[in-house]
Amino acid sequence: MSRIAKTFARLQVQGRKALIPFLTAGFPEPAHTVPLLHAMVEVGADVLELGVPFSDPMADGPTIQRASEQALRHGVSLRGVLDMVAEFRQRDQDTPVVLMGYGNPIEAMGWEAFARRCALVGVDGVLTVDFPPEESHTAFAHLEAHGLDPIFLLAPTTRDERIAEVAGLARGYVYYVSLKGVTGAANLDLSAVEARLPALRRHITLPIGVGFGIRDAETARRVAAVADAVVIGSRIVQEIENSTPEAMLGNVKRFVHGLRVALDE
Amino acid sequence: MYNYPDKAGHFGPYGGVYMAETLMPAVDELRRQYLRFRDDAEFQTEFAHELKHYVGRPSPIYHASRLSDHLGGARIYLKREDLNHTGAHKINNAIGQALLARRMGKRRVIAETGAGMHGVATATVAARFGMECVVYMGAEDVQRQAANVFRMKLLGATVVPVESGSRTLKDACNEAIRDWVTNVETTFYIFGTAAGPHPYPMLVRDFQCVIGKEARAQMLEMLGRQPDVLVACVGGGSNAIGLFHPYIEDRDVRLVGVEAGGHGIASGEHAAPLTANARVGVLHGNKVYLMQDEDGQIVETHSISAGLDYPGVGPEHCLLKDLGRAEYVAIDDDEAIAAFDALCRFEGIIPALESSHALAQAMKIAPGMRRDQVILVNLSGRGDKDMNTVARIKGITL
Repeated sequence: MSRIAKTFARLQVQGRKALIPFLTAGFPEPAHTVPLLHAMVEVGADVLELGVPFSDPMADGPTIQRASEQALRHGVSLRGVLDMVAEFRQRDQDTPVVLMGYGNPIEAMGWEAFARRCALVGVDGVLTVDFPPEESHTAFAHLEAHGLDPIFLLAPTTRDERIAEVAGLARGYVYYVSLKGVTGAANLDLSAVEARLPALRRHITLPIGVGFGIRDAETARRVAAVADAVVIGSRIVQEIENSTPEAMLGNVKRFVHGLRVALDE
Repeated sequence: MYNYPDKAGHFGPYGGVYMAETLMPAVDELRRQYLRFRDDAEFQTEFAHELKHYVGRPSPIYHASRLSDHLGGARIYLKREDLNHTGAHKINNAIGQALLARRMGKRRVIAETGAGMHGVATATVAARFGMECVVYMGAEDVQRQAANVFRMKLLGATVVPVESGSRTLKDACNEAIRDWVTNVETTFYIFGTAAGPHPYPMLVRDFQCVIGKEARAQMLEMLGRQPDVLVACVGGGSNAIGLFHPYIEDRDVRLVGVEAGGHGIASGEHAAPLTANARVGVLHGNKVYLMQDEDGQIVETHSISAGLDYPGVGPEHCLLKDLGRAEYVAIDDDEAIAAFDALCRFEGIIPALESSHALAQAMKIAPGMRRDQVILVNLSGRGDKDMNTVARIKGITL
């Protein structure tokens, strides 16, 4: 059983929902990423999504765009992110790590080499925003061969037949994009999410995480009432962006802890 | 028999649909609607009517005789896309997509633009059909193409300067995609070149093929035969594929695509992924030759011409390169300016800097060819928009 599956199985037994925070690797400084990951686990993160910086983040809003640009200025790219996961694994063998980003840096490395390296350093899942199922068969055969979970996105616009197709390919969990828009947008329609999830569950037996546009503990709590996991990204990156270097770890911990408490209510 | 793309939008190993999930149903719907209207007589009649009465087609073919005589060798002919309404080939595609948008019930159109010609074409058709129009343009291009920004505004469009990344065409594309993902239900993305996710490379090509179809008939009438060489500039490559595609089965017609050599291929500061044999990668919805670093990050490109200043290229050109059916070469900034000057002085035609790249290649090869041979250059646009750029290069303040 994969680390992701184990985590969701444990949470289910406990009757709890998964908290999945997202960070852009290498932001604000490369040295901050691993301490931030450990800090988020300390206060209750269940799965970690680590953003791989890309020069052209088409699905991201301004916050993650800025973070990616800064990380790239520090020279952090896919190889550097994999090194960060290796460092994180020295102290944490249990918390699943999912890499989230765009396909081209992986294409450049080669999917076989990428999957092998992921398995070696302890990556558990891979989410490539711009690789839909149609273009993913070869790529994801390599992930599967190395025991990695391909994580797929579903959107409010996704039709039933595509949901069924994704259900057949996805492993780990499925990530439901809660709004039509880019990451960090503020137009999450909670009632639409609530109305949509039962339809997804007719096809999908994997846990369903919901993300994009969740900005506070109260929204997280209400989303968790219908989903299996809550993903929060831009809001955490913003917390980092708005913190002094000294206060950053404390601020992020306080914010993520608040989410944890809300989810466990 | 050459028949691309396949059903899934692949041109051999290139093309495809690499998009975020939210947009997948939108591109699928566009594909289905396009396939329906492509074979619809009423749609085709309306498209032809617009091209004739609004764009002013057919565009003439002109024998650049003084330039040809000056150079010696092959005779150079120009396909005058610069004489179209709005001054470039871009309007052919913008009209086609606007007609589709109308049939799909979309009242809002968006576009990306580099030099501003596609933005102007889109703003024009939006005004023509009474649609809301938003154009994304890199902040750097907003500066170097100020006249076109003003034209778009006069036509009622909103122009949004894009400050992210390299602040050029690729970043304008990113921002247009972000708009589309947010407003997917109301908005039609009028994509400007024969690239992007399927069906755009096919659809844009089909709309632009009016160039090559007309050229075949016109050349036959003028010369009693087809040209020996076709030359067109390639950024994304829509004017080139529009000219080349109807000639693909004519094996004795050479097809030459001209990329932007910038400061020279060796300098690394160019926008010539095919000529430089860039690694294949994925950007803006398709798999193509793509200028990138060893980590797969897209690199900044350079060209004097904003319309060619793009790190990728359309997937069909990638395939034609691999098949050896078309050749791709680069013309650097200085060569393009020299060709620009030559056409002004010898023929009284001020070409766009993009088209000047194609012309420069024709001027390079003509002297080595025979007098009875013919080169047809796609003069894809006029140079009015480039006055500030050219003046600056010549050290003149307007």
